[in-house]
Amino acid sequence: MSKVVVVTSGKGGVGKTTSTASIGAALAKSGKRVCVVDFDVGLRNLDLVMGAERRVVYDLINVAQGDAKLPQALIRDKRIDTLSLLAASQTRDKDALTEEGVKRVVEELRGMFDFILCDSPAGIERGALLAMRFADEAVVVTNPEVSSVRDSDRIIGLLDSKTLRAEHGQRMEKQLLLTRFDAARASRGEMLTVADVLDILSIPLLGIIPESEDILRASNLGAPITMNGSTSQASRSYEDAARRLTGESVPMLIPGEKKSLFNRILGRRAA
Amino acid sequence: MNLFSLFKSRGTAPVARERLQILLAHERVTLGPANLIAMLRDEILATIARHVEIAPEAVKIKMGNEGSISTLEIDVEIPTEKIGAKRKEAMRVTAAA
Repeated sequence: MSKVVVVTSGKGGVGKTTSTASIGAALAKSGKRVCVVDFDVGLRNLDLVMGAERRVVYDLINVAQGDAKLPQALIRDKRIDTLSLLAASQTRDKDALTEEGVKRVVEELRGMFDFILCDSPAGIERGALLAMRFADEAVVVTNPEVSSVRDSDRIIGLLDSKTLRAEHGQRMEKQLLLTRFDAARASRGEMLTVADVLDILSIPLLGIIPESEDILRASNLGAPITMNGSTSQASRSYEDAARRLTGESVPMLIPGEKKSLFNRILGRRAA
Repeated sequence: MNLFSLFKSRGTAPVARERLQILLAHERVTLGPANLIAMLRDEILATIARHVEIAPEAVKIKMGNEGSISTLEIDVEIPTEKIGAKRKEAMRVTAAA
């Protein structure tokens, strides 16, 4: 059975595209058939993060408008053959995307893949609403920062009212992916803690991605962190999040819960 | 930087948390369930209207937030002369969600 997951946040720059690519690659590595779809018409970037920017011929709008067939537009990843990308249009107007067109594309993708990850544009306009419209569940990407938490709260409200599932009175499952988390700063009281964010947004936690230099390195190279052999904590956290998305229960490690100075000195070896 | 700032608590996260909690409590009421209230009102009205003649303004719905509990208050005024008696009677249903 295929699952359509929207990766959304409201606020820009919190890591939607990076998370879509990293979770998509992790799922595909485990043998799932995965398609990542860029809904950010006019400002596409998923192709770049996936390292496929020179292979885009047809895009989501071409398929939605019937100018190209879906198999022509799908770009199969050269490193993981169960992973495909459907790019957004860079040149077209964002109004070129219609609900009817998106519906047809999503339905067709359901027949071909186990997971369809929809990378939402920032904001709460048409593009973001269409990205979530036909989703079965949502990953809400949030930074431990006031403006991001506020926007996530708004997006959660929209997921509960503007999606097809919500309109049919069905429950829209939403999970939180906390990105750019700095455990040391949180433990010093300089950053909202995991518990703070969970308490405010009250949705279940899918994963915690620590702030990591490896993320930038991965996007520089066009190889999502879960596919380039990185053994960093960020990569492992994305892999765990992907496994949880398949329904597997993976224990959650909350990084850097308060350590006393004493423990820090003693705990060095174990770290 | 002076010596005292070393001893002062530098944590700004609790402030962030508190500001967010206050702001979102407000925004969830003003931005969130506006449609929900209109929808509930219409549907409750329709249900009652199937059995009793009722004026649209006789149904009043209010939503509130107190801590971790959201309340939904529904006030329905049913003119009892429509079902026999002279006296007006207010029926109050309070549901806590």
